[in-house]
This record gives sequence, C-alpha cells and structure tokens, in this order.
Amino acid sequence: TAGMFLRLLSDIQWRAAHPKWRRMTSSQRSTSTTAEPHPVALPAQAQIVICGGGIMGTSVAYHLSKMGWKDIVLLEQGRLAAGTTRFCAGIVSTARPVSIERKMAHYSNKLYQQLEQETGVQTGYMKTGSISLAQTQDRLISLKRIASSLNVMGIPCEIISPKKVVQLHPLINIHDLVGAMYVPEDALVSSANVSLALATAASQNGVQIHERTSVSHVTVQKGRVTGVETDRGRIQCEYFVNCAGQWAYELGHSGEEPVHIPLHACEHFYLLTHPLKEPLSSSLPTIVDPDGRIYIRNWQGGILSGGFEKNPKPLFTEGRNQLEIQNLQEDWDHFGPLLSALLRRMPGLEALQIMQLVNCPESFTPDMRCIMGESPTARGYFVLAGMNSAGISYGGGAGKFLAEWIVNGYPSENVWPLDLKRFGTLQSSRTFLRHRVMEVMPLMYDLKVPRWDFQTGRQLRTSPLYDRLDAQGARWMEKHGFERVKYFVPPGKDLLDLDHSKTFYKPDWFDIVGSEVKCCKEAVCVIDMSSFTKFEISSTGDQALESLQYLFSNDLDVPVGHVVHTGMLNEKGGYENDCSIARLSKRSFFMISPTDQQVHCWAWLKNRLPDDSNLTMEDVTWKYTALNLIGPRAVDVLSELSYAPMTAEHFPSLFCKEMSVGYANGIRVMSITHTGEPGFVLYIPIEYALHVYNEVMNMGQKYGIRNAGYYALRSLRIEKFFAFWGQDLDAFTTPMECGREFQVKLEKGIQFLGQEALLEQKQNGVYKRFTMFILEDHDTDMDLWPWWGEPIFRNGRYVGKTTSSAYSYTLERHVCLGFVHHFDEKTGEELVVTPDFINQGEYEIDIAGQRFQAKAKLYPFSSLFTQRRRKDEVELSGYQRE
Amino acid sequence: FYLTPTQVNSILKANEYSFKVPEFDGKNVSSVLGFDSNQLPANAPIEDRRSAATCLQTRGMLLGVFDGHAGCACAQAVSERLFYYIAVSLLPHETLLEIENAVESGRALLPILQWHKHPNDYFSKEASKLYFNSLRTYWQELIDLNSGETTDVREALINAFKRLDNDISLEAQVGDPNSFLNYLVLRVAFSGATACVAHVDGVDLHVANTGDSRAMLGVQEEDGSWSAVNLSYDHNAQNEREVKRVKMEHPKSEEKSLVKQDRLLGLLMPFRAFGDVKFKWSIELQKRVVETGPDQLNDNEYTKFIPPNYYTPPYLTAEPEVIHHKLRPQDKFLVLATDGLWETMHRQDVARIVGEYLTGVHHQQPIAVGGYKVTLGQMHGLLAERRAKISSVFEDQNAATHLIRHAVGNNEFGTVDHERLSKMLSLPEELARMYRDDITIIVVQFNSHVIGAYQNEE
Repeated sequence: TAGMFLRLLSDIQWRAAHPKWRRMTSSQRSTSTTAEPHPVALPAQAQIVICGGGIMGTSVAYHLSKMGWKDIVLLEQGRLAAGTTRFCAGIVSTARPVSIERKMAHYSNKLYQQLEQETGVQTGYMKTGSISLAQTQDRLISLKRIASSLNVMGIPCEIISPKKVVQLHPLINIHDLVGAMYVPEDALVSSANVSLALATAASQNGVQIHERTSVSHVTVQKGRVTGVETDRGRIQCEYFVNCAGQWAYELGHSGEEPVHIPLHACEHFYLLTHPLKEPLSSSLPTIVDPDGRIYIRNWQGGILSGGFEKNPKPLFTEGRNQLEIQNLQEDWDHFGPLLSALLRRMPGLEALQIMQLVNCPESFTPDMRCIMGESPTARGYFVLAGMNSAGISYGGGAGKFLAEWIVNGYPSENVWPLDLKRFGTLQSSRTFLRHRVMEVMPLMYDLKVPRWDFQTGRQLRTSPLYDRLDAQGARWMEKHGFERVKYFVPPGKDLLDLDHSKTFYKPDWFDIVGSEVKCCKEAVCVIDMSSFTKFEISSTGDQALESLQYLFSNDLDVPVGHVVHTGMLNEKGGYENDCSIARLSKRSFFMISPTDQQVHCWAWLKNRLPDDSNLTMEDVTWKYTALNLIGPRAVDVLSELSYAPMTAEHFPSLFCKEMSVGYANGIRVMSITHTGEPGFVLYIPIEYALHVYNEVMNMGQKYGIRNAGYYALRSLRIEKFFAFWGQDLDAFTTPMECGREFQVKLEKGIQFLGQEALLEQKQNGVYKRFTMFILEDHDTDMDLWPWWGEPIFRNGRYVGKTTSSAYSYTLERHVCLGFVHHFDEKTGEELVVTPDFINQGEYEIDIAGQRFQAKAKLYPFSSLFTQRRRKDEVELSGYQRE
Repeated sequence: FYLTPTQVNSILKANEYSFKVPEFDGKNVSSVLGFDSNQLPANAPIEDRRSAATCLQTRGMLLGVFDGHAGCACAQAVSERLFYYIAVSLLPHETLLEIENAVESGRALLPILQWHKHPNDYFSKEASKLYFNSLRTYWQELIDLNSGETTDVREALINAFKRLDNDISLEAQVGDPNSFLNYLVLRVAFSGATACVAHVDGVDLHVANTGDSRAMLGVQEEDGSWSAVNLSYDHNAQNEREVKRVKMEHPKSEEKSLVKQDRLLGLLMPFRAFGDVKFKWSIELQKRVVETGPDQLNDNEYTKFIPPNYYTPPYLTAEPEVIHHKLRPQDKFLVLATDGLWETMHRQDVARIVGEYLTGVHHQQPIAVGGYKVTLGQMHGLLAERRAKISSVFEDQNAATHLIRHAVGNNEFGTVDHERLSKMLSLPEELARMYRDDITIIVVQFNSHVIGAYQNEE
C-alpha cells in the first residue's frame, strides 16, 4: 500500500542516515532481518517524559532540547511517526482563520524549510504555494479576511482571479469560481520524515528516544507529576507531556487523578492515484476547494486528494477498540461526494488510475482549536494534542510554544485560545464529544461567519430561568457549556433560518438588539448573567485579605460592602483574569469573573494561595442565579420590591449588600452593571430565582421592563470603551496598556504580583495602547461589518489589530476596539506608544481588504454616561466582560 | 401516461404500517424489534388480510397474512378471529377459569390481545357478539377438558386453526336470525382463505401454515451475505407431499380427478384453506343450506355450483403444518407474505433486498480497489450507481413497502425501474389482476442481542 510505501521509504532513508541512533532504539524495523536487538533499558528517572512519537512529541522534544534541557525521554508505543503523523497529507499552510494558528503555521513553515539542512534527513520540503478557491462571494469575503491578516504578518498572499488560477494550475475547472486566494509560500512535506528529522535533531541534542514503550499511566502526588508507569518499568519525572494524539483522552483518564483532554477521533479519507501520463510537477500548488469540501495536492506525479465530508464517521468513542482499528478500511461510498467534487474541480482526471483510498483517523476538539498547556489539576502535566487535522501545519509552532511554556512558565505568545484550561470536566463526556466532533469536522470547510454557534452539545448548563426565557423568544448561545441569551425575538417576528442568517453584512437581529439597547438606556432591562464564574474566598483570620492583596493589583482592603474591579495579573503585569471582588465581611470575599475563567482562575489561585486549612476557596457558580437590572429605572423597580431606598445616597455605585427582594431574603445586590449604565446585579440563591424574576418582571411592568440579551450588552460596553477579558485583554496586556492604571494601587503598601513590571511600564511607557475607533465612512446597511482581528493602519502603515467591535446604536456608528503599536519605520522595532502618537495619526480599519476611515479615541464619550454616583469612582472603572 | 414518483409513493405507502416493540429502561427485552407491513391491492376490493397482535396473558407475538379467494369475507373473519383462538388455546387453565368467571359475573374481562392495526384493518362490529359466543364455547370446552398439561404451542396452533374452521362451518349451518348476520356467516363459509401465522416467543418461532402463503427467514451469513430459509411448505400442486396426502385421503378411483390443471378438483389452487365449504360439506348439506339461505345466496351461481367429481368430501382441510425454529443471532428477520409476492420474486432475492434494506448502506458489500486497475471516472460511475440503489432504500421507511417496490418495479437487472413501476400501478382495476395478485407482506425484525443472550443462558 502507499502508506506502507511511504513508511518504507522513510525507514530506508532513516537507516542510511542514522545508524548510530538506530542502535539506541529498542525497535526492530520492519525491513530488518537481523536478530531481535536488545532494547535499551529505560532510565530510572528523567526531568521530563514525553509520550508520543508523532509530529507533536518530536517537535516538543526538539524545542526543549534546543532550549537547553538535557534530561528528556521520549516514549512511543509503536514506532516513531507511525500514527496519524504517518498518514498526514503533508500540507503546510498558513491560510488559517485564527491568528495564533497562523503564527504557529508560519513558524512551522520556516522550521521545516531548514530542517533538512540542519539534520540531513530528507523532509521532502517543497514550496508549492496553495490556492484556496471561492465558489461564492461569501467565501471570497472570508478568504479576503484571511488575506488581510496574512499580509500584515509579512506572509505574501494575494486574491487572484479565476483566470490567474488556471495559469497557476492548468487542470482546474474555473467555471464556477468567483475568485481565489494564493499563498505562494505554503509548502508540502513528508510529515513522517519531518517528524523523524525532528527526532534526529533531538536525539543529537541528547533526547533519549524509546520506541515500543507504552505509558500505562502517570502518577501524581500532592498535585504534582512524580513519574510515569510504562510496560517496561517506571520513570520518575518532574514533567510529563501528553502528545498521544487520538489516544490523549484515554491516557489522560488512565491515572488516578484524571486529566480531561476533550478530543475525539473521526475517520478521515484521502485518495492517492498513480502518476498522470505526463506526471504532475512536484511544484504544482496545492488546491483547497472548501465549497467542494476537498483539498488536492500533487503526489509523486499523481494526486493526493481528501476532504471534510458533511457526515463524518466518529470512532473510538468507547476508547481504543481492536474491532474498530481493523475496520479502518477504504469506504468508497462514504468518499463518493468528495470524489464527485474532485472530478468537478479537475475533470481531466477521469482516466487517472486509483492507487488507494487511505483511511486515517484524525482527532478533533469541541471548538476546532488544538489543545495545549498544563493540566489544571496536576502540575507538570502538559498536553499537546487535538490538531483538527492540521497537525503538520501547527507541529513546529505548537511544539515551540509548549517547550517555552514548560521552560519559561509561559509561551512567548498569547495562547489562551488553545489553552487546555478553556475546557473543564464538562466537555469531557464521550457522548458530548462524539456529537460535537460530528459537527466540528464538516465545519473545517464551512463558511466561518461571525458569531456562529455550535448546534450540538447544547443545553448542558442552564439557568433556572431557561425555560421561562426560552418561552419568551430567547435565542441562545453557549459559553463554557452554559446557555446564554443573545437576544429575544419579539412574538410574531420571524428571523431567517440558520443557514440564511450566516452573513458578513448586517445581521437579521439588528433591529431587535437595537430596541433592547434603547430600553436599557431609557427604561430598564433584565439580563440573566448566571453563567459568570463565582468564587468565595474566606479565612479565619486575615489570610484571605493578605493572599488576595498579593494576587490582585487593586487595593482590596476596602470597607465591608464595597466592590472592587481588579485585574489578576501575572509576573509581567498581564491580565490572567479580570474580575470584580466584593468584600462580604472582614474575612470573606466574593469574586466574579468571566464564564470561561472557571477552570483557569481556579487553578491559578489554587497554585498560589498558601496551603492553609484556615483559608478556604469555594466555587459557588452553581449556587447563584445572577440577574442584571440595567437602565435608569432599575433603581425604582428594586426599591419598590425591597422597601429599601436604592438611590445613590443610600446605595452608591460599587456597593454590595444582602437584602430581601419580594419574599426572598438573602439576595446579594451589587450596584455594578458591566455596561456603564446605571443598575444592579442580583445574586440570587437558585431556589429563589424564579420568584425574584417574576417579582422583577411584574413590578417592572409599569417602568417598561423587558428582557435583553448579551448582544445588547456588548453594544453598550463597546461604545463605552470597556475592555473584556478573553477578547480585548489577555495575559500579554497590562492595565497600563488599556487605560486602567486607576485599577492598580501601586502604593497599597503590600507587594503584589506584577507590581514590578507595572512600575517599569509606568516609568518607561507602554508599547501598545488600547484605542477606540469610530468608523467614519462605513455604511452599516451596505458595507461588510467589522468583527475582530481587522488590521489597523495609521497613516497608511500597519500598527495593530482590532480585538472587538460593535454597532453603537447611540452613536449610530460602528465602534472598534484594538491595540495600537508603534513600529519603527526602518527596523520594525517596537517603540513606546504615547497618547500623542495615537492622537496625531490618520487611521483606517481594513475589513476584508477594504479600508474604512476611523477616528481614534483614548477616552470614551462622556456624553454616554448618564450618572455619576460615587465621587472616587472613575467612569472607566466599570470593567467589562461578555 | 405516467405517475410521478410522488404519486407512485403515495400508492405504495397507502397501507404501510410499522410497529416497534417499546423499550423499558432503554432496553427492548423482546426478541422482536418490531415489524413493518404493507399491502398492495390487485383485486378491488383487496382479498388479502393481515393481522398482528401481542399476547397479553401469555408471552409472545402473533403475526399472520391471509389470502382470500371467492371474496374477502373468509379472510376478513379469519384475520379477526384466528388470533383469539390461538391465544385461548395457549392460556393456562387458571386464566381460562378467571376469564370465564369474569364473563359469568359481568366483570371486566382480562384483555387477551393487543392488536397492532393499520387504520384500514377493520373488525366487523355486527358479528362480534356471534364470534364472541363461539369463542366462549371453545374456552368452556377447554376448561372442561382440563388436561393439566402445559400447553404446547404446536398443538395450540393446530387446535385453534381447526376449531375456527369448524366454527365457521357450524355458524353457517345454524344460521342467524339477523338476516345481515345470516348472510355474513354464509359468505364467510362459502368463500375461502389461506393463513400463514407466526408465533414468536423468545427464541421459539412457530409458523403455522395453511395454503400457499409463505414464511421465510432471512439469515445473515458470516461474510455478511444473505440467505433464505423456508419456514413453511406451500400447500398446492407443486408440493408432491401435499398431492400425495390428498390422494391418500380419497379412493383410488378419484386419483385422476382429484388434481387437474394443478388445481384441487380442477378448481382450487391452495390444497388447504379456511372456509370453502363447497369443498368440505356433503352435496346434501350444501343444497339444503343454499335453498334455505337468503335470496342473494340462492341467486349466486358460484355457491350453487357443485364441483365436478365430488364424491367423498371433505376434500379440503384448514389444519396447518407447523414448523418450529429456534432463533439464532444470525436470524435477522422473518418475511410472511401471500403468494402475490412469491410469484414475482425468488426468496433469495427477497432475503437480499430486505437484508440490505434493514442493515442500511453500511453493510452493502464494500468496494475495494485492491490490485485492480480502476480509474477515478469508473469509480465515480460505480458509486453513482450504488447511490441510486441506496436512494431507493431511503425512499421507503418500511421494509414491506420496499419489498413491494421491488416486486412490482424490478426490471431484468433486479433494480427498480420507475417506468415499469408507474405502468404497473396505473393499470385499470379490471386489468390489474391479470398482471399481478394482491400482495401482503409482514417483515418481522429480530433483536439479535436478545437472542444471543437467550442462547448464552441455555
């Protein structure tokens, strides 16, 4: 078979080039006829053990050894590069929709290019370029968005006409094309050989590689990795890296303390053919036809073509299963639609002879992004897996980031979108994963429009008000498994069905959200915000206050009943989390953070809070339903329901008090709103949720109360220039860079995490600055909408990217938020960004290649704020999350 | 003129019915997963009948097809009554007593059967009292006979068949004061019906057959292919044993006249049947009943006509042949069908078509390129053909409908030809019977997991 052939080829090259390494390995090569070699004994201990000899494991080993680590052991249950890596189609492409993925692919490409020279192992690297085809205008828009992003990264890329496509690839039928994107530096490699080259280099740097050694489980003591049990004995180690590919889930679950790695395998098919009569040139570009769901690359004079079908076949749901492994056969009926698409794209191939249909399982994750990082429960347990069939594109970059993470404590880029801790145990159900990956795999080639919601694996975590809100027309989205309302469709109004509502232009909910925003500004709205992560931290003495003062940048030693907005910063002053903390009593605090912080924030605090039985932290997310009352009449509704004066004199802003609402007592009321509008958030013990909601709605009637959703919230917060963690803020952004110096108390008398970095920034200035842009010549009805990730140009030069955007119903303009850098015109070096630098530029925002003039502002419009309540409060203090 | 595919479907699907055995605790503990059934008329009105019911006082499920001739009255009566006779025959003594006591004291009766009926499958309300009384007499006799032995299914089936036929005959001889009922019981007795009934209880499958309908087991071989196992013998001239039996039962002098033109006495195709008193009663009895009967009967040439060479009645019996089969995990389904199906299709094809339908595409023999030289274009064509085949499967949600589609529409290559299907279905009533017979099909699907578990227990 061809797979076998590839394998043999690599073996032979391998044996010829590296006799020395071969002696070290325990494996017997399939071509070898010599006697069984004596396996080299496993070491009793190592600093780090990597499980998995595919592209991920070898890349991590390669980068760790490059960074100077010596005591590394790599274990492979079979042979190196024999799993998914062997079968991988070998396409290295930077044409990816997510920024961090583009960066990884870009690095991989550069790494692979010089790998042959570095190691002497032939990698088959060939810079062929890739062409992504568009059959529809919408597809072309999505390609243009990617092209804009690639260009500002310095990766050559152009949008080309169908005619140009034919010049680049003569076999293509272009009759149904509207355009294409050409990325000339994309490449092809033999992925198995890349993996072997990385292993060779790692081995030369001292990494010990043992094949035919399988890890049974990882031992953890006191929350730290202590060793690895294998079928050939135990290795003590400080660090463990799970690069087990599609078996990563099972391996994660094999230990006493499970590590949840949510991925699931699906069968993936591609076709190999014999060479054409006139063999195809090996430099012919790779074709991606997402509307036809296929990719086509040249392969040994013939072609290799696979795709992502609409009806994927998930497998290994119940774990490794011999029967299913045997059944991994060619399934031509399943491949039929993709074959049709191939012949439609290249009709000239009809007479080409088939060599083989390869069935190669790939692992997919619940959100289409790969999984890397440290386990929240076992320190030293790292993971790199779930590549969603782009392993070879990401391999180099992902391995580098993870090695940096292990060595330095954090990678050199923000990898939160890929962080294992964005998931919790809730995404670990096999049923959930099976259903979700069946949706994810076709999505690889589906149109990626803004704010797409997954349809599977829904209604898992819900507020007690779910049914009530649903009956009132709620449309839902999901965050960390929690159902949240986007907006409410008024009775009698129909929205477009799912497929038709996919648009890059003005969405069908525009007017609905507009009326919710209006109600928030003029009357009062209720938004269910129960999904937010809520922790309670308390102690017998001052331990809670002392620890939190160190872990948070703002001063938490405030009077009881006060609420403080503060960042949870890392050593570099970057935001690990952004939260509100209420001081409930001298010794206890109530902390609210974004929904997807549940796992990350918990792990961050657990690892840093002193091990003291008198200090307790509890996740109380599930105990409270949160209702946000937004708008000028919120105060009236609440005071009528509680018989308590709620005016600013009695209940100032950023205040927290337990009180009764209706019949229900013990409702935690806080005067914060997350939007800058006046209002309150009620934290209601869940059994009272329905009662309080009913009371609020009944009482609110005379004040014009209505339900609202997160889309209204977003519009409100963005027009007021509120940043949101996970969208605008990340571990590489400091309060100084986003105008939140006032939330940092540098002189609170206690040293805190990130203080030094902030002091330095205060002295020397910042290298990027959070800026608000008002689009000037943008027609909301006719033009493409901004989303996030759009390049920002200052005086015609690229200075940064947007991080979020929304239509402001008040300003009647689009508002984009983003970071402005200052790159030296000659060297590209990053310079300090001063307010003058921001204010003195002419700005443009690039939406899918079209530039719109924008006005930059460093401060929000004060006219948007209706009320001032507490003297010491700065208007910007409202931190924001979605 | 042609029927559109939609019109064809609406004709084919008009009588389809499906039943799934309900699950408890997410598990179906029955060896039967469910069944699909359907009928396609050629006669107007159709003379075939079908029945399906679950026994409530004993275990097991009953399914049957009934092919009427000389009208539908007998088939209708048998389809309504036979399962009650079988169920009663299977009941233990105590339950019979309980039922009798309930009737005696006017209490509510234990339900005996749960029927699974298509809305078109009717019961005649007028005769229910009459039928009930006959049935009651039967169970009273069973109570009196109390043998103390546990009931054997084979015996129960044979007794029920014979008893019902006997009751049909008696009811016609006695008559009824109500003229409508009187005419009805006579029509039932003078028309005829074959019956092919299956009783499934755990791994025990009994098929009782009277006449030329047929039961066939679909078996999946280890290599995934399908084969057919007959679970009934046709009672007609093609069955040598049956011909021999008939000849044994009558004097040698009649040997030549007994079977003529492959028909009993040159008239009747099936060699066993319910009703058909013209082949069972003495000439005197026939004449008496017809003369004293209502005018409609008297005016009917058919009823007055005495078969030729009619010397030593009865020539016909309703006694079934019973075949017992222990279900195995590879036994995937049972097809019960009237001769309308078997005339057009070989049982091997039936097994394959139903098997492929029930297992869906996944078990369609996979294509492997292997060492062959296949081009992309050839493969594309091949896959398109296979898809077309599959799409005809997906059109049908009912295995019986799917089988009828093939039976009526198959061309010489064994694939459904829409043009042919359209022609066959748009034949005018009077012509339809020339080209095809009434077709009635029940496809019972078995639960291999449950059957496997039973096997392991044993």
